[in-house]
Amino acid sequence: MADAIETKKIYLKVFRFNHETDYLPYYKNYEVVVSQDEVMLDVLNKIKWEFDSTFSYRRSCRHGICGSCGIKVNNRATLACKERVFDMIELFGNEMTIEPQSRKRVIKDMVIDKKDFWDKYNAVKPYMITAVDEHPDSENYMSPHDYENLKEADICVQCGNCYYACPSVEVNEDYLGPASLAKTYRFNFDTRDEAKIDRLDTVNDLGSGIWDCVKCYECAEACPKGVNPIEKITYLHTQTFQEGRAKSNVATRHAVGFKTSINMHGFLDEGMLVAYSEGIGVLKHLPEAFKMFRKGKIAMPWNMPKSKNLDEIKKLIKSSSSAKF
Amino acid sequence: MKYALYTGCTAKESTPELLKSTMAVAKVLGIELTILEEASCCGASHLQDFDEFLSLVLNARNICYAEKLGLTLITICNTCQINLATTKDRLDNDEELKDRVNEKLKEVGLEYKGSSEVKHLLYVLRDELGYEKIKNMVKKPLSDFNIAPFYGCHNIRPSELQNITNKGENPYNPTSLDELIETLGGKAVEYVRKNSCCGFHADLQAPNTAAKLTGLALSEAIDNNADFVVTPCPLCQLNFDVKQHEAGKKVGRDIELPVLHLAQMIGLALGLNKKELGLEHNVTEADF
Repeated sequence: MADAIETKKIYLKVFRFNHETDYLPYYKNYEVVVSQDEVMLDVLNKIKWEFDSTFSYRRSCRHGICGSCGIKVNNRATLACKERVFDMIELFGNEMTIEPQSRKRVIKDMVIDKKDFWDKYNAVKPYMITAVDEHPDSENYMSPHDYENLKEADICVQCGNCYYACPSVEVNEDYLGPASLAKTYRFNFDTRDEAKIDRLDTVNDLGSGIWDCVKCYECAEACPKGVNPIEKITYLHTQTFQEGRAKSNVATRHAVGFKTSINMHGFLDEGMLVAYSEGIGVLKHLPEAFKMFRKGKIAMPWNMPKSKNLDEIKKLIKSSSSAKF
Repeated sequence: MKYALYTGCTAKESTPELLKSTMAVAKVLGIELTILEEASCCGASHLQDFDEFLSLVLNARNICYAEKLGLTLITICNTCQINLATTKDRLDNDEELKDRVNEKLKEVGLEYKGSSEVKHLLYVLRDELGYEKIKNMVKKPLSDFNIAPFYGCHNIRPSELQNITNKGENPYNPTSLDELIETLGGKAVEYVRKNSCCGFHADLQAPNTAAKLTGLALSEAIDNNADFVVTPCPLCQLNFDVKQHEAGKKVGRDIELPVLHLAQMIGLALGLNKKELGLEHNVTEADF
């Protein structure tokens, strides 16, 4: 006799909204029985097939390739066809809130308007730019080592999970966001591409580019394919310096200022770092500096902490530095 | 219990109360801390944006000094934690990189071996001392307080790295701080943004972004009746404590909410006084 299939009941609170008829979104509760091989997409299907045929969501390939079925489950970015329901139960228990990737961009239920995502994606020229012979005699070769250097950035499926999980995007609609920046990396570190400098100049403006990353790692967590966008953003930072495209601004001076400060004290001279990074802009920090001073939170030059064995640190900075500004 | 303490820069400068309260609480809990005075700044993820190799060498050196003592390295700042733990993870899993780093360290007579663990104080208290033991030492239960836990990104994400030392803390539903609050007799405030970002790392170059993120998190804590916030990260603490009025303006409301370091909250429950916990250094009055 075959083993009985294990099943569990889950309690869903599902975001519902139709922009043509509803003034406000609302949540509907459903109880669904799931079995161990089912994924979150099966849950969406059950809601549609068993409870309400008007329930809307995007889906296509069912194999984690088309990137259509990104949703949020208990605020966790989820590619519905790739996430086993039993794994989600292990993470959250059997109560789940199902929402679209972005509540403010919703059209109907799980379906959102991804125009902002695609506009930013297209802004970084997400394709190979190189002068190729139209009738080549041999293939345009890339060595295995060079391919490894892409660090899986090429397997992004454009689902938008990282983009809509990014808090910097949430509060600043100009920020390009993790997906398009990871795509920038994908071509900028491809040895065959020739538009690296052009792309670097596109992505290193303050207010919209790589320096607006808040380093929260939400994108790394949200990506269903292991692309790890923040790692790629970090390499774009270093590439900007390596290629001499870093403009002198508060962000680049901030990064470089750490080295200067560590070389002087081992520790950070917090006040000097802000002054060096901001230049004349340091004046806007005076009110908060005054508040901190009153509470004994500002180290003065004469009691600035210094690391023991500072000579070792200086020696290592001299011998191990690999970047210039 | 003996550990090597990596203080980080803020504990020696802008958050002196963090070092004070950590040392005072450790003493009461019977934890012996040796401060790594030789350590340098971890680069705070910004040096990493400029010179990756240099940041690996400097952090490997930091860990070397804990290895020399034969002790686990404890951090009291989430960002120190992620930078030291990232270095350890990369060197321990890449012999060639480790050799390149050790070649440099040899110049100053050091060698990175990989023999010391790198852990945040929060997880040492939970997994090595045990909350049960802390519970038995509580003198003044925090039963009057609704306390909003704020986890800070660099202790919970990326989970693949953090799970090495935080025993599977779920970044979407972290529990270690909530459980500690309950252990101390307080009531943990439930709110969505407890695992979100305060924006600290964009403070200078994207001040609006940082202020809005801080404002949104504090607003939600207030709307859920928090009496104060507690965080294991001094960078979150600085943004929340020093910049809360500016952050409030960005989200259109007045914000007045005390923000305590992890050790300050524990110290209150252990019956330590205001001075021992450095509460006079908190910018938003924390008069408990």
